[in-house]
Amino acid sequence: MTVTTRKDWASDQEVRWCPGCGDYSILAAVQLLMPELGVERENTVFISGIGCAARFPYYMNTYGVHSIHGRAPAFATGLALTRPDLDIWVVTGDGDSLSIGGNHLIHALRRNINIKILMFNNQIYGLTKGQYSPTSEYGKVTKSTPFGSVLSPFNPISLALGAEGTFVARTHDMDRNHMMEMMRRAHLHKGASLIEIYQNCNVFNDGAFSEITSKDKRADNLINLVDGEPIIFGANSDKCVVLDAEQGVRVADRSSVTEDEILIHNSKRQKPAIAFALSKLASGPHEPTPIGVFRDVEQHEYSESLQHQTEDALNKKGSGTIANLLSSLPTWTVN
Amino acid sequence: MTIKHEALDRVVIRFAGDSGDGMQLTGDRFTESSALFGNDLSTFPNFPAEIRAPAGTIAGVSAFQVHISDHDILTPGDSPNVLVAMNPAALKANISDLEQGGILIVNSDSFDDRSLSKAGYETNPLTDDSLKRYSVYEIPMTSLTLEATKDTGAKPRDAERSKNFFALGLISWMYNRPYDETINWINKKYENRETVLQSNLAAYKAGHAFGETAELFASNYTVAPAHFEKGTYTNITGNHATALGVVAAGLLSGMQVLLGTYPITPASDILHELSKLKNFNVKTFQAEDEIAGVGAALGASYGGALGVTTTSGPGVDLKSETLGLAISLELPLLLIDVQRAGPSTGLPTKTEQSDLLLAMYGRHGEAPLPVVAASTPSDCFEAVIEAARIAIKYRTPVILLTDGYLANGAEPWLLPDLTKLQPIEPNFSKEFNHENKDGSKSFYPYIRDPKTLIRQMALPGTPGLEHRIGGLEKSNESGAVSYDPLNHELMVSLRAHKIEGIQDDISDAVVDDPTSDAKILLLGWGSTYGSIAAGVRRLRARDKKVAHVHLRHLNPFPKNLETILKKYETVIVPEINLGQLSKLIRSKYLIDAKSFSKVQGVPFKAVEIEKYVLNFVEEN
Ligand SMILES: Cc1ncc(C[n+]2csc(CCOP(=O)(O)OP(=O)(O)O)c2C)c(N)n1
Ligand code: SF4
Ligand SMILES: [Mg+2]
Repeated sequence: MTVTTRKDWASDQEVRWCPGCGDYSILAAVQLLMPELGVERENTVFISGIGCAARFPYYMNTYGVHSIHGRAPAFATGLALTRPDLDIWVVTGDGDSLSIGGNHLIHALRRNINIKILMFNNQIYGLTKGQYSPTSEYGKVTKSTPFGSVLSPFNPISLALGAEGTFVARTHDMDRNHMMEMMRRAHLHKGASLIEIYQNCNVFNDGAFSEITSKDKRADNLINLVDGEPIIFGANSDKCVVLDAEQGVRVADRSSVTEDEILIHNSKRQKPAIAFALSKLASGPHEPTPIGVFRDVEQHEYSESLQHQTEDALNKKGSGTIANLLSSLPTWTVN
Repeated sequence: MTIKHEALDRVVIRFAGDSGDGMQLTGDRFTESSALFGNDLSTFPNFPAEIRAPAGTIAGVSAFQVHISDHDILTPGDSPNVLVAMNPAALKANISDLEQGGILIVNSDSFDDRSLSKAGYETNPLTDDSLKRYSVYEIPMTSLTLEATKDTGAKPRDAERSKNFFALGLISWMYNRPYDETINWINKKYENRETVLQSNLAAYKAGHAFGETAELFASNYTVAPAHFEKGTYTNITGNHATALGVVAAGLLSGMQVLLGTYPITPASDILHELSKLKNFNVKTFQAEDEIAGVGAALGASYGGALGVTTTSGPGVDLKSETLGLAISLELPLLLIDVQRAGPSTGLPTKTEQSDLLLAMYGRHGEAPLPVVAASTPSDCFEAVIEAARIAIKYRTPVILLTDGYLANGAEPWLLPDLTKLQPIEPNFSKEFNHENKDGSKSFYPYIRDPKTLIRQMALPGTPGLEHRIGGLEKSNESGAVSYDPLNHELMVSLRAHKIEGIQDDISDAVVDDPTSDAKILLLGWGSTYGSIAAGVRRLRARDKKVAHVHLRHLNPFPKNLETILKKYETVIVPEINLGQLSKLIRSKYLIDAKSFSKVQGVPFKAVEIEKYVLNFVEEN
């Protein structure tokens, strides 16, 4: 295995996001992570759709494709089906993956095809200069909603869990270590993984996540899900999450519950019900919001299952030739 | 009464019934046994889009026409000599096509008041003299089937459904089709459904015996085997040949095939066939929609596989954006468009040639791509290989046009000589091709062969050649994103010239003009081959001179086409559309090509081609 450093993973292209854009810190996290994953550059492919986020592959010194709006999961699926040897990452925005590409996203997750999807959620259309997106909050004033959006947003984590996602996580652009940890885990997962990354678009939606990600708010408003540990948060560790008969889970004062009532986080629960309840704990990034791995379960991976069928056929019939193909037809001979 | 045995040189039979009556199966089996017997043949299945339209209505009529002969034929026949009508609706929908004096066999049990009125008959055609121009045989097929199957244990409702096997047995007797082979086939097909097997066998045998013993028919017929070129044959439909062509293209190029597709009539059978062939280095992916189907195919091509996508009608529209991406990335991709009648949902099960201009121009931007067409069911095999060859070699999406008529129609196919199939060389790059200013080396994905303009292509997994490509305009050679106006113009023209240059690498158009002095040229493409060629035969039989050119390549056109076109006083372009090829010809070669158009969801009849030319000659 070649030893690499961050520099080896950076392409010679000048990075062209707006100064201060959250995309820079995500790029840094990925480039820092790559050397420790034990993968080769030539076996790594970044595939994106269209949007600010989707410029990502140009900046990675790997193989890469900047495809079309919303379709990256489809392109990546074809590649993963035929080249299981590759390490495939999809980079997408909230509009790219949840609006025009929503169908491809849910089906990629359902199929559990071996790709890692990094969804840069800035709750806005960046590249087209600031229209509301499927994750923009109700009431959002944008160029296309001058009187405020009258739509409820998608919750990408809930959506991914509903789509049978086997690896679903959330992180944010202000915490490099946490981003890297989520990506590391996604990389270990066999199948489709989705990481929602709260990403600040400082030009069109500045501060969308500051209620929960700014240094002074984090302790109170970020609920860090850690496997095997009770879900406790708050500057004074005085809050926790407990099961709730009505809503699945709820936030409680630690003083009001016993220690064993506190929910122990377990991303490996086969049934997604509790993960889903956790995804619904916050109605948006302005109140205590869980980050971390919501779900990480094993399930048959699509390209591998298809490959098994191929191998079965090869074992039974041998590797086919054109002559075999034609001789299997009902024929008659004229002499 | 002794039965006379008469020899015929050919016969056209149409089986017609309700969608649920199994007419397609009956026709298929009759065809298969004729193929094995050695006749030349051509078929035309014609069925409604609804799986089971309301029983007994005209909308629900499904028909299968088969033309068998002792000599070489080109079409499924203009008008049937024999019509088998299983109910009044089938009679009503098909009778006008039956030749004068033709044989009409009806299931008389189904001519009750209710069925007659469902079909829109006010009086019973079997008793009102309206059929007196035909030799009518009224046979109570339902009751005879019930009688024959009563010991099989099948419930009457189920047993009745074997009546198509009764019809099959009867017609097989009439035309002396091999008996045992069909028995064996029934045994095999229904081996896991014992009662159905027994009742179908009983009905088939009863139909056969009925012909022999009922003293209804004065004669039965033989159609002797045709004289075929030596070799091994199979009977094949266009979709089946297409699927085999896809497999062959994969094997000839050594590339894995990924078919990314979404079910749609009449293309789905290609998916069904390929899904069975997993030991031939083929994977099939039924995507969530057409966009994902073609997207996955392109992703596979990017990784060095042969990405193929199949579709029809509205599915083609959905793939446009990805075709544009493939053109910009310059990656191989094969889109097989089994054309059907449009616009929109149109007539899903009916044929049309109306996607030619879509294939040529249906993308934003300057986005040329090669277009190839298949001309007969069996020709689909070679057409696919040719389309794949161009796609792989030139790193471009290629559209192969077939259509519903080719897809479902069948004909005997002389299996190809495998030694004549040329390998396809993908030529992937393994080496650096550029030296940077600092002396280091890298890979530039848009460095081209100076003559063919084919770009260099390195696959992920190749160490050192990592690079990025995308749908943004790219700098010539390096592939880096570029907004430079002159570079854009250069790239647009390089991509266009690359496609035009394929002209040097395709076969010339072949002119069928035996005396070389015809004044009229019939120029066709795609599935009109059989009708035009048969029309030309009829014209020549009347001593009318006509030439015929049939195009395999629609973009670019063959190099010699211009010279050919300019040699003829008149160029007539018969097409199952409103004149799409004729538009291309007129604009490209500035000649007054005449469009002969028919857009009825069915192929041209040979006689229509003949008449058009005769009229033209008369009027000019
Ligand atoms: C077919 C198509 N429709 C529309 C567009 C225009 N477009 C480009 S990016 C984009 C939205 C991007 O938003 P998002 O995915 O959230 O990415 P961001 O720019 O915020 O990172 C749109 C609508 C396009 N490129 N292609
Ligand atoms: S518009 Fe927003 S998302 Fe796009 S680069 Fe600028 S700051 Fe980043
Ligand atoms: Mg966005």
